[in-house]
Amino acid sequence: MSDLIAATDLSNARTLALAGRHGGSGAAALTPAAPATRLSLRAKPEAVSALSAALGVSLLTKPKTSASSNGRHALWLGPDEWLVIDENEADLMAAVASSGVLHSATDVSHRNTAILVKGFGAETAINGGCPQDLSLAAFPVGACSRTVFAKSEIVLLRTAEDAFRVECWRSFSPYVFGLLSEAAEDAGN
Amino acid sequence: MLLIYCPYCEEERSELEFRQGGDAHIARPTNMTEMSDEDFEAFFFLRDNVKGLTFERWRHLNGCGRFFNAARDTVSDKFLTTYKAGLPRPDVSTLRPAASAPVETYEATESDAK
Repeated sequence: MSDLIAATDLSNARTLALAGRHGGSGAAALTPAAPATRLSLRAKPEAVSALSAALGVSLLTKPKTSASSNGRHALWLGPDEWLVIDENEADLMAAVASSGVLHSATDVSHRNTAILVKGFGAETAINGGCPQDLSLAAFPVGACSRTVFAKSEIVLLRTAEDAFRVECWRSFSPYVFGLLSEAAEDAGN
Repeated sequence: MLLIYCPYCEEERSELEFRQGGDAHIARPTNMTEMSDEDFEAFFFLRDNVKGLTFERWRHLNGCGRFFNAARDTVSDKFLTTYKAGLPRPDVSTLRPAASAPVETYEATESDAK
């Protein structure tokens, strides 16, 4: 039995939550994001600079802001809470463990999945289920926020003027993707 | 849609992101094991349920996740102010405009809505 497990390449057996889905409209295209590593990170103010240095990306302390470098993003979620995303699937747990300061980190890489929304109707499509003001004045490029999308909790990150990354729990992702598709259809009209 | 100012996010957000968390400023007794059942009941279950100005805990559940306190009028549903958890009650006299007499009916509340 152990031979059988060893012989099976488990990486091939992995099924992504949104595998094979595509959707959206000419106004807002929807693409399931590639797998990424993610960290739910909590720390007190005195640990922030050491953790930023260990991660190579600044943990900002202003509400609704994020910092990015080389595919790694640190999103402000609350006064002592950040979501760190690494699109290159680097080992974030090892990175924060090397910081040497007190913090709380949980690997949530497989809890979340993400949908990339792009197009001139991206704002409208997300506002189909999200009550936040997504105009560029209130939600500029780089802005991020935990919020709701209809009945599901999401984390929004604006990656460009016409592009958003929508992070949601993988079990909610068919619901979020489905509703985003509907809203994207309407966004074109 | 009701907009609530979150003192941690420093902006107004939709009520959909918030949950109400009961009365604010209820001090947890330090001598719980020695209290009489009546005293414990008063602390644990009994709330004033006043009509008008109340101080409540709210949580920005689908936002920053933080609890904060709010002064709210239960008749008009209007938030007079919100403030960070741990801060003392704000001075009510500075919050309520003198001109707005308490409204009593549902219709009056509706027409008064700002």
